[in-house]
This record gives sequence, structure tokens and C-alpha cells, in this order.
Amino acid sequence: MTDTSSTAVKIRPPRSQWWDVWDQFKTHKGALIGLTIFVIILAAIFIGPLIWDMAPTYVDLRARNKGFSLAHPFGTDQLGRDILARMLAGGKVSIAVGLTAMGLSIVLGTFIGVLAGYFKRLEGPLMRLTDLFLALPLLPLLLLMVTLFRDPLSKSFGPEGGIFLLIVTAIGATSWMQTARIVRGEVLAIKEREFVLAARSIGTPAHRMVMRHVLPNVLSPIMVSATLGIASAIITESALSFLGLGFPPDFPTWGRLLFDAVDQMQLYPARVILPGLAISLTVLSVNYIGDGLRDALDPRIRGR
Amino acid sequence: MFTFTLRRLMIAIPTLLIISLVIFLLLEAAPGDPLGDVPLTVPPEVKAKMREALGLNSPWWVRYILWLKQFFWVEPVHLWDALFGTHFGDGMQRVISFQSRQPVMQIIAERMPQTLMVVGLAYVVGVLIALPIGIISAYRQYSWFDNIGTFVSMIGFSVPTFFTGVVLIIVFAVKLQWFPSVYDTTLKVTDAASFWAQVRQMVMPVTVLALYNAAQISRFMRASMLDNLGQDYVRTARAKGLTEKVVVLIHVLRNSLIPVVTVIALGVPTIFGGAIITEQVFKVNGLGQQLILSIHANDMPMVMTLTFIFAILIVLFNLVADLLYGILDPRIRYD
Repeated sequence: MTDTSSTAVKIRPPRSQWWDVWDQFKTHKGALIGLTIFVIILAAIFIGPLIWDMAPTYVDLRARNKGFSLAHPFGTDQLGRDILARMLAGGKVSIAVGLTAMGLSIVLGTFIGVLAGYFKRLEGPLMRLTDLFLALPLLPLLLLMVTLFRDPLSKSFGPEGGIFLLIVTAIGATSWMQTARIVRGEVLAIKEREFVLAARSIGTPAHRMVMRHVLPNVLSPIMVSATLGIASAIITESALSFLGLGFPPDFPTWGRLLFDAVDQMQLYPARVILPGLAISLTVLSVNYIGDGLRDALDPRIRGR
Repeated sequence: MFTFTLRRLMIAIPTLLIISLVIFLLLEAAPGDPLGDVPLTVPPEVKAKMREALGLNSPWWVRYILWLKQFFWVEPVHLWDALFGTHFGDGMQRVISFQSRQPVMQIIAERMPQTLMVVGLAYVVGVLIALPIGIISAYRQYSWFDNIGTFVSMIGFSVPTFFTGVVLIIVFAVKLQWFPSVYDTTLKVTDAASFWAQVRQMVMPVTVLALYNAAQISRFMRASMLDNLGQDYVRTARAKGLTEKVVVLIHVLRNSLIPVVTVIALGVPTIFGGAIITEQVFKVNGLGQQLILSIHANDMPMVMTLTFIFAILIVLFNLVADLLYGILDPRIRYD
């Protein structure tokens, strides 16, 4: 170890720690495959509609229930809508929901975690709140929130925007607790370090202390839980759609496509398998990325 | 230990009260109307009467306190009556479902066995699969068994249960026709044939849930075994000449099981939530399906009671997990 570093030191230019993280990440085979698949799925969803520009809502009653063909690579559904186009449109919504809900839950969780860890007076009440949220039966509550508030919200924000807002808020508001707990633990440990004492002794105000000294140091657990958060948000959204409580029928998501196809799964099993595979592949690849990221961001493993 | 239990129970009561208030207020804030399905031809004065009969006229806090009284006092009294044949509860108003005008607890009692049978069995099967897999994976870390185990468990908790369920239905019920796709709850087990039918219809839902649970628990088991296998006491045990079997299956396993047991306890309430989806896939008429039906019908007492029962399960099993940890690990002292 010492020999190699002494020879490498003189040629290597200074590099940021993110290059080290990337080097470590590359050694995790599963994570690399996961990242590739995820990037392919993202590319398909965002570039795909430009190439395959058939409208997902276009009803062609003469081409109902078609199998795989050149005109419709994934076939058509009971109304003659092209399934490939619907899958692409559905993926966009599913992934958008996953990313936005994850963003919301990370912001909420980090905010509460930092407040609870940094300010002693807030710790008791905020952690009580977290415990309380952890004791809530989440899936039943999500179902409740979505059913009860879908009509007023779709009236005020339009059917798509309203449901999107509702589902994202509902998922975000019920999944921040783990992040808050992890962040609080890390902040508590960092607060005792010397550099924080040094920063405080030159009179750094609390907000700058958090932004400059605490937050950058808790970034790695936040990134890992963000990655895993995408996966669970996608699953939750598709579960809601599967129970018939997600997006409206003419607004496809992967969960919704699966739900719509279940009635005819005896005749057309491919229609169930395709969206299900899409959900599973996305979640699997995101989970693998999270796994690799956890190893790569852990300084005890990195560099070995 | 005793004072700790007592203190935790004391904390559990306000927690449950707040949760019940949150659920109640959520239902209250919702714009849904339980009379929304009543035809428009019904005159308004009749509607007002119906509203009064359902108890919707009084302010929300009166109804909330009434519900609390019914749930925590009237229902236990009725349970006591049913068990011992007494009549203390006669004339007391029970929690009544808007939808079926039956006592809510009666419906729950009818549906509980289906849920418990499917979900409970699935959890037990899942744990029984997960433990050996976790042990072997850790003992032979990075072997082919471990790699396959890691991959399968990654798939296990990445693939949503509704997709596994549907795929199983397509393969085993539609194509191969080995198992029925719909769970028939009217089936009574009387002889060998009906028992066999019961087993056949339980295979798929139990497999789906067991796979999902086993994926998570086997990961915990593996991590916990790995933590312990590197400890000094393992080296000591080997050094004094114990056989490998005794070292791994007695010394290491017993220590590794401590965190795993608490994880298993913590997982019990979440499987009821997960069962909502599985019950929907296989059309099992258990508690989860009832919850969805009641949500769609705006049946507030039913939704409230069911959700609160889920909350009680969570709080209860959190407590059980904490206590188990204290009992199993002598190093943990709560006092």
C-alpha cells in the first residue's frame, strides 16, 4: 500500500473526492450494470417519444388487440392504442413521480434531521414527531389521502396536475422519516468534531454553519437514501395505481397499464408482463446503484 | 425492565391517541360524503334524517370522543359478552359500518381468519426460508451460493408483489392450471379433498408474500452473521477445539439471531399493509380488501377502525421488538 502510493503521488494531479468515489463505484459490477440499465431506461423514456411519435392516447378501433408487429412493436390494447407509446408515456410519469417524491422526502428528511441534530431544543419534539410518523400505518393512510382528496385537487389543478401533486406530496410526506433519523445521527456526530468547534469559535452563524460545515459532511448518507427513495417511490406509485387509486385511466403510468391489463391477462399476458418488467427493472437497477453508492461513499471501504 | 415496559406503555397511549386523531381529522377534512351515492330523487328532508341517523350532525369532536368510547369501552365489553355469555353490553351503541349497517368489529372478525391464514403462514414460511439462506450466505461469503442469494433477494424486494402475483397467476393458473387463480373463502375444510383444495389455493398468495419477506430477512440474517463471524469469541471457540458445527450453529447463530428477531417482530405489522395488495391480486376477502372497499364507499367508521387497528399493531410490535431485544441480549439494560 505504501509503496504504490509513494510512486503514484508524484504523477497524479490533484483530484476531487468524487473521482475516488467513481473509481470505487466502478468496481461494483452490479451497480455498474444497474447504472447502465437505468440510463438506457431514462434515454428510452425521454428520447424514445421523439423517435416513436405515435400519440399514446390515439384510439384506432380497427387495430384493436393486435399482437407484436412492425407497426406496433408491443401490440395494441383493447382500444387500439399503441402499447409502446403508452409504455414510454407511462414511464415518463412513473419516473417523474419517483424523482419528485424522492426530492420532497429528502428535503423534508434532511431539514428535520439537521434541525433535530443541530439544535438541542428542537431535538425532543422533532424526534417524537418522527416516531409518531413511523407508527402510522402508511399504505392505508396513502390510500385514504389519495381517494379523499383526488376530486378537489383535480378540480383546481386539472386532472393530471392535481393527481400528480397529490401523489407526490402523499408519498413524500410519508417517507421522510428514515432520512431524518440517519441525518440526525450523522449531524450529532459531526457537531462534536474539532472543525465545527473551530468554525464556531470564529463566530460563524448557525445557518452558515449548517450550510457550509454540516451539510456537505452528511451528503453521502443523504445520497444513498435518495437513491433508495426513488425505488420505493416508484413502487408506491405503481401500487397505488394498481389498486385503482392512482392516475386517471387516459393518463398512463406503468402501474396503471398493469392494472388495466389485469382483466385480460388470460388472453393477453404480454400486456401485464411489459409494464411489470419495466417497473421491476427500473427498481432493481436503482437498488443496485444505491448498493454500489453506499460502498463507494463509505471511506472505510474506499481505497482498499 | 419492568419500569421500562411500563414507561413504554405509557408513551404508547398518547401516541395511539394522536394517531387516531390524525386519522379522524383526515377523514373529516375529506370532502367525500357517505350519502354521495344516495339517488338524487330522495327528497332533502329524508336525506337530512338519514344524515342524523348516521350521526353526522354533531360537531367533529363529539363524534371523535364517541368513537373513542365505542372503540375502547363498548367493543371490549361486547367481546367480553361474546366470550362469557354475559349481557353487560346490551343497549350500548357499537361502531356501526355505514355500508352494511353491521357492527364493524363483526365484519373484522369474519375477515380476520383469511388474512391471518394467508399472511401469517406466508410470514412464517418466509422466515423459515430466510434464516438458512442467510446463514449459509454469510458462512460462505462471496461463494456462488452467496452471489445467487444476493441476486435473488435483490429481485425479491425490487419486484413489487402485485407483479409477482400476476406472473404466478399467468404461469400456474392460466397456462399450467395447477392452482386456482381466485381464493375461494367459502371453502370449508371438512375432509382430505377440501383440505387439498385449501392448500392449492393458498400456495400462490403465500409464495408471493413469503418470497418478499424472505428477501429482506435473509439480508439481515447474512449481515448479522457476518458481524459475528469476525468476532474474537469465534476465534476462541475454534481455538479451544469446538467443532465447526457447534461454533457456527450455536455460538454465532445465537448471537446473530438477536437483531434478526427484533427485525422479524418489527416486520409483522408491515406485512398486514403489504397484504392489502396481495389480497387484491388473489381476491382474498381479508382485511386489506375490506379496507379498499370501505375507502371507495366512504364508509368512515370502517376505515377509521381498520386503519387504527393497523396502527395498534405497529405500536404493539415496536414495543415487542424493544422488549425482545432487552430479554435476548443481556448487554442491553434499559433501566
